[in-house]
Amino acid sequence: MSAVVKLHDIHKSFGSVEVLKGVSFEIAKGEVVAIIGRSGSGKSTALRCINRLETIQSGTLEVCGHRIDNEAVDLRALRQDVGMVFQSYNLFPHLTVEENITLAPRRVKKLANRDARALALESLQRVGLAEKIDAYPEQLSGGQQQRVAIARSLAMQPKVMLFDEVTSALDPQLTGEVLRVMETLARGGMTMVVVTHEMAFARRVANRVIFMHQGKVWETGPGDMLADPKTPELRDFISNGL
Amino acid sequence: MKYNFDFASLQEYWPEFLRGALMTLEMTVIACVFGLVIGVLCAIGRRGKRKWLATLCGAYVEIVRNTPYLIQIFFIFFGLASAGLKLPIFAAAVLTMVFNVGAYTAEIVRAGMDTIHPGQIEAAEALGLSTPQIYWDVILRPSLERVYPSLSGQFVLMMLSSSVTSQISAEELTGVANSVQSESFRSFETFIVVAVLYFGMAMMLKFAFHLFGQAIFPRRRRLGTPL
Ligand SMILES: Nc1ncnc2c1ncn2[C@@H]1O[C@H](COP(=O)(O)OP(=O)(O)OP(=O)(O)O)[C@@H](O)[C@H]1O
Ligand SMILES: [Mg+2]
Repeated sequence: MSAVVKLHDIHKSFGSVEVLKGVSFEIAKGEVVAIIGRSGSGKSTALRCINRLETIQSGTLEVCGHRIDNEAVDLRALRQDVGMVFQSYNLFPHLTVEENITLAPRRVKKLANRDARALALESLQRVGLAEKIDAYPEQLSGGQQQRVAIARSLAMQPKVMLFDEVTSALDPQLTGEVLRVMETLARGGMTMVVVTHEMAFARRVANRVIFMHQGKVWETGPGDMLADPKTPELRDFISNGL
Repeated sequence: MKYNFDFASLQEYWPEFLRGALMTLEMTVIACVFGLVIGVLCAIGRRGKRKWLATLCGAYVEIVRNTPYLIQIFFIFFGLASAGLKLPIFAAAVLTMVFNVGAYTAEIVRAGMDTIHPGQIEAAEALGLSTPQIYWDVILRPSLERVYPSLSGQFVLMMLSSSVTSQISAEELTGVANSVQSESFRSFETFIVVAVLYFGMAMMLKFAFHLFGQAIFPRRRRLGTPL
């Protein structure tokens, strides 16, 4: 199996504070990897390096064949291959669901306007929200907005999808509908990197779990490792809830 | 105190009033269009990475907002003339309006852009949109929708304050009023007529902006709520 995402010895600082201190991991095609860890351990930063929302200081980073540590990387091509879903949904409030979903395909992939609606519909069906195609974001619940955000990402047909705590802003009764959509995606063979606090989801859906601690990959293994942590830090993390 | 109103003697001046009102509207429309363009460019300049450009745009906005409009008019008309650049009156008047309203527009648009959450821009970047596309689709469009009420208010205000350009003999409504009252000796009536005309034009403009807003902001039209 070929690796779609390869991080090797990544170092990243904000000013004088080093946040990633030599992070390495690989993600194979079709694999679902959950990244867990305490607040401030560098999970989001690592994820954001993968689609170059953050630039790194040293190390090598290859995603879908794009060398991201290279200054000359084709950002547009990279971001067509990598989708990202955020904790705060970030739907565009002035656009309908359809326009939210088709904005990037129209602008970046030059999708014809007459094909836009079909694409929006198809993407929405994958998250079970076809009937909301003409709604505005403010007319949707948080869970629905997040599912639209997933559909928006899917419409670009990414090869990898990044999820950064996508259920953390949701009421507990709404997290389920979003996690179910993600599980369906995972079963469908999508390569996914999921930063999450949902331990049950990590155990059940992820092929592999990465535990980050103090800017490093501290422990990694299959979902079962959460039942049998090797390091005291992971044991601590699991038993303290978060 | 007793005053006998005599509007009848103003009747022969109707064509003058109408011409003045039309010129005021014409100046206003031109100033709105160019003022908006300048304001948007200037607001973008102030946010941009180029330090010198941000400083330049900031200086422009502060100078315009902290000097009297009348002085700006004299500066552009007489000042430039003595420097050898003699502008026709209409051009000088419109130029001043553009120069003036551009700065106020820049400030309003900037306030609108400040309301755009950084997460919106990140989401757009993650989707592969280019910087100009992000500016247009994700920053500018919602910003303008959000500040549209203040923006149209500013434009109406500009239409009213264009009366100051009569000071350089622009033949807009106030300029016409000045000559009519000195010819007819009915200054009270003249200015009542002109006040009513300005009021009517302001209302008309407000309504036109409302219709235009409904046309270009579908969300506003459908939900009827501010963004
Ligand atoms: N733009 C930034 N500027 C400065 N420091 C930052 C920035 N982004 C993150 N940091 C710092 O980097 C460290 C790691 O942040 P990161 O967001 O990656 O943590 P995280 O593991 O995602 O935490 P959480 O679970 O709270 O989301 C934190 O100490 C944070 O304060
Ligand atoms: Mg985080």
